[in-house]
Amino acid sequence: MPVSDVTQPSDSRAPAVIELCNVHAGYGRIEALHGIDLVVPAGSVMALLGPNGAGKSTTLKVASGQLVPTSGCFHVLGRHVNGVSSDTLARAGVCTIPEGRGIFPNLTVTENLRMMTFAGASRRDVEERAFSRFPQLAGRRRQVAGTLSGGEQQMLAMARSLSVDPAALLLDEISMGLAPLIVDELYELVAQVSSEGVAILLTEQFAQAALKVADQVALMAQGRIVATGTPDTLPEDLAASYLGGSAAELQSTSDARGAA
Amino acid sequence: MNEFIAFSIIGIVIGATYAVAASGLVVTYATSGVFNIAHGAIGMVMAFVYWQFRVAWNWPAPLALAIVILVIAPLFGAFVERVLIRRVREAPVAVTLVITGALMVFLIGMVNEVWKPKARILPEFFGNAGFHAGSVFVNWAQVITVAAAIAIALGLRLFLYRTRTGVSMRAVVDNQELAGLNGARPARISTYSWALGSMLASIAGILIAPSLQLSVLPLTLLIVDAYAAAMVGRLRNLPLTFVGALGIGLLQSYAQGYMPTSGIWASTPLQGMRLAIPAILLFIILLALPQDKIRGARQMVRRRVAGPASARKTFAGGVILVAAVWVSTGMLSIANVIHLGTGLALALVMLSLVPLTGWGGQVSLCQMTFAGLGAFAMSRLGHGGSPWGLLAAAVLAGVVGGLIALPALRLRGLYLALATLAFAAAMDDMFFPSSTAFGYNGSVNIPRPTFFGIHISTDRSYVIFLAVVFALLSAALLAMRRGPFGRVLSAMKDSEAACATLGLNLTTTKLIVFTLSAAIAGVAGALYGAMVTVAGSTDFLMLQSLPILILVVVLGVATASGALFGGVLFGLLGGEVLLGAGVAGVLLGSNPDGVMPWLYSKIREYRDAIMGRFPGSGVGSGATATGATANGTGAGIGAETGVGVGAGVGVGTAMEMGVGVVDG
Repeated sequence: MPVSDVTQPSDSRAPAVIELCNVHAGYGRIEALHGIDLVVPAGSVMALLGPNGAGKSTTLKVASGQLVPTSGCFHVLGRHVNGVSSDTLARAGVCTIPEGRGIFPNLTVTENLRMMTFAGASRRDVEERAFSRFPQLAGRRRQVAGTLSGGEQQMLAMARSLSVDPAALLLDEISMGLAPLIVDELYELVAQVSSEGVAILLTEQFAQAALKVADQVALMAQGRIVATGTPDTLPEDLAASYLGGSAAELQSTSDARGAA
Repeated sequence: MNEFIAFSIIGIVIGATYAVAASGLVVTYATSGVFNIAHGAIGMVMAFVYWQFRVAWNWPAPLALAIVILVIAPLFGAFVERVLIRRVREAPVAVTLVITGALMVFLIGMVNEVWKPKARILPEFFGNAGFHAGSVFVNWAQVITVAAAIAIALGLRLFLYRTRTGVSMRAVVDNQELAGLNGARPARISTYSWALGSMLASIAGILIAPSLQLSVLPLTLLIVDAYAAAMVGRLRNLPLTFVGALGIGLLQSYAQGYMPTSGIWASTPLQGMRLAIPAILLFIILLALPQDKIRGARQMVRRRVAGPASARKTFAGGVILVAAVWVSTGMLSIANVIHLGTGLALALVMLSLVPLTGWGGQVSLCQMTFAGLGAFAMSRLGHGGSPWGLLAAAVLAGVVGGLIALPALRLRGLYLALATLAFAAAMDDMFFPSSTAFGYNGSVNIPRPTFFGIHISTDRSYVIFLAVVFALLSAALLAMRRGPFGRVLSAMKDSEAACATLGLNLTTTKLIVFTLSAAIAGVAGALYGAMVTVAGSTDFLMLQSLPILILVVVLGVATASGALFGGVLFGLLGGEVLLGAGVAGVLLGSNPDGVMPWLYSKIREYRDAIMGRFPGSGVGSGATATGATANGTGAGIGAETGVGVGAGVGVGTAMEMGVGVVDG
C-alpha cells in the first residue's frame, strides 16, 4: 500500500498510521479494554507490554479489525474505520500476524505465499521477496507448512510483512515457543521493516527482545494503558507495573525479601 | 464374462453418480463446516427444474443444462448459504442438522406443491443410442455420466489447488480468521463453496434422475449413498471419496446381479440389504473410524442458564395438561380429538429426545425407527391390550438402542447422528417391510392398552390417557434431570473434556441415556400405533424422524413443554406447514434454545414487571422457570385454553415463516 504517501515534508512529525482514541472493547458482556489511547506513527515501533490478561492481544485485535470497539474511535491513516472487517483492512495495508503460527498448516509453502497476494502484490513478487529473505524456505516450496519447524513456520508467517508492503504491521507474541537465536533474527526483520516506514505495533512477553527494537513502549494492566515512554525511560515503571499486575510475582518478591 | 463386464459398467456408472454427489457434499462440508443433509434434495429440485425446461418447455438440452447447472443451482446454493448457513456456522451440530434437515423437508414439500405428483419421464441423453464395446452395449448416457465424474474430479483438483479462490477455500478450513487477516474474504468464500456444492448436487441429480423416474424420495435419498462415499474420504479427502463412490457403485451392481433371489435369499431382510448396501457401509465405515480426540468445548459466555423445573412446577404443569386435555376433548370434534391424540403420541416421541439431545447433547436421527420397533412389539405381544406389550416395546427399543449406541459411542456429534441415520435407512429397507414386521406395504393392528381390567377404548379416554402418560413421564424425567445423573448429562453436554478430566465415565452415561431415550421412543411408538390402531411399514421411516427432531429443537429440546407443544402442533397442523416455520423459528429466534425457553423468559420478564419483583411472590422469582412441563404458560392463561396456547404458538411460528422468507 502507498507507504510513500505518508512521508511528508521532512520537518513535520510522521503521520499516525494506527490511532485508537478512548477505545472500549470486550467479549460478550465482559469488557476487556476500558479506554485505550494509542498512536503509532509511520516508521516507528510500539511495544505493548504487560502481564497476562492486561488486554494486549485485545488491543491488537481491535487494531486488526477482528474486534469492533464498543465505543471510541479507531483510525487507520486518518480514516475512521470502526466496524471495517479484518479482510478489508488487510487489503488496505494493515498486516496482522496473529499469536501462534500465522500460517495455514495444511497448505504448502507456495500456497501459503499465494494467500499473501490478496493485499495486491503479485504472486511472483511475493515468492521472490520471501525466498530471498529466507532462503531456507525456498528449498521447501512444496512442503506442507505444518511440517516445517517452528522457526521456519514463523519465518513463513513473517514473510507476509515483507511481501505485502503494509502501512502497518501488527505482531502478536511472535517469539512464542521459539529459540532465542531465531527470536533475534525475527526482531532484526522487524527493525528492518520499520526502517522502511512501516508503523509497527507488537505485543511481547519477552520484554527484553521487544525493547531492543521499540521506539515507544506502552505498559498495559487490567485493560488500561498505565504508562508510556521510550525504552530508556521505562524500566522502573515497567517493574512496578509488572509487580502491580501479578499477585504471584508480588508474593515471590516479598518472599525473596523475607529470605534476605 | 460378458455379464460381469455389463454389471461392472453399470456399477461404474452408479459409482460415478455417487462420486459427483459426494464431492459436492465434501466441498461444502470441508469449507463451511456445516453438513448438508439437504444435498440430495437440492439435486432433486434441480432435476425437476431441468425437467421443466427440457421436457415441459422443450428447450434444447445444452441451454437447459447451462441454465440449471451454471446459473440456477449456484445461485440457489449461494442464497441458502447467505440466508441460512451463515448464521449457524458456530452453532452445535444439532442445530445445523436441524437447519439443513428443515431445508430438505421444505424442498420435498415445495416440489410436491409445484410439480404435482404424476408420472414424469426425463429422457436419457441421446435416448438409447450407444455403441457396442465388444459384445456389451454401452449407451451414451452412461458414457456422459462417467465422463462428467472424471471431468469433475480433474476440475475440482485444478480449482482447489491452482486457483487462488480454491486455495483460499482450503485455507479457510485451516484457519478462517487468518484467512481474513490475509485479506481473503471468508464470508464470500463460504458462499462460493455452497454455490459449488449446489452445482455438483444439480449435476448428480440430473444424471441420475432418468433412471429413478424423476421421483422425489429416491432422488432425495441419494444423499445416504453419497454420505457413505464421502465418509470413505472422512468428509475431507476427495480422491478417497471418488474411490469409495466407485466401490459402493460396483458392490451394489454386483449384489443386484449375483445375489440369489430364491430360498432364504428371497426374504425381505436379505432382499432389502441390496438397497441398503450404502447405508450398511456407511454404518461400518463410521465404526471403523479412529477414535475422535476429546476436545475441550469453546469457552462460552452464556446467557442466563435455566435449570430444570422444580418438582412443584412439574406437578402443576402435569395437572394443568391433563385437565386441559380433559376439558378440550369434551369440546373438540372427533376428528380433532384424534389429531390431538396423534399429537400427544408424537409429543412422547419428541420427549424421548429431551434427555438425549436436550440435556445430553447427543443427536439421534432414528427416533421414529425406535418408535416403529415399539409398535411392532406391541402388535406382537400386546394382545388384548396387555401392558406387557408396552413393557416389551420399551425393552425391545431400549435394547436395540443400546446396541446401536454401543459401537457408535466412540463417535461424536455429526458422526453419531450419521450412524443413527444409516441405521434408520437400513431398517427402512430391511426390517419394516418384512413379513415378520409389517409386511411390504402392509399394516398390522395395534391394540390399545388395558390396565387392571380397564380397557381404554374410546378415543377421548385414550387421549386423556396419553396426556397422563406424558405428564408422568416428563415428571419422572425432570426428577432424573434434577438428580445426579441429570447433572452428569448436563455436564457432558457442556464439555466432554472437562467430564473426562473429572473422571466421569461418559461411555456408561451415553449408553444409559441412549437406551433410555430409545425405550421411551419405543413406548411412544406403541402408544402412537394404538392411537391410530394400525401401523404400517411406511409409518416409521427415516425421513419421518427428521421432522420430529426439527420441531422439538425449534420449540426447545431441553424442555418437556417443547416436546409437548411440538407434538401437539404436528398433530393439529400437519407436517409440511411447520417445517418452513421450523427454519424461520430457529432463524428468527436466533436463540438456539428454542421457542419455549424464550417464551418463558418473556413471561418471566412480564411477570416481574407486574409484580415488582418482591421476594416470595409465590411463583418463585426468576432463575428456574425454564424447562417445566406445560407450566408457566398454562398457569398464566388458565386450564381450558391450554390447547389454544399450542395453536397460538403455531400460528405465531407460521407467520414468522412468512416474515423469514421475505426478510431472508
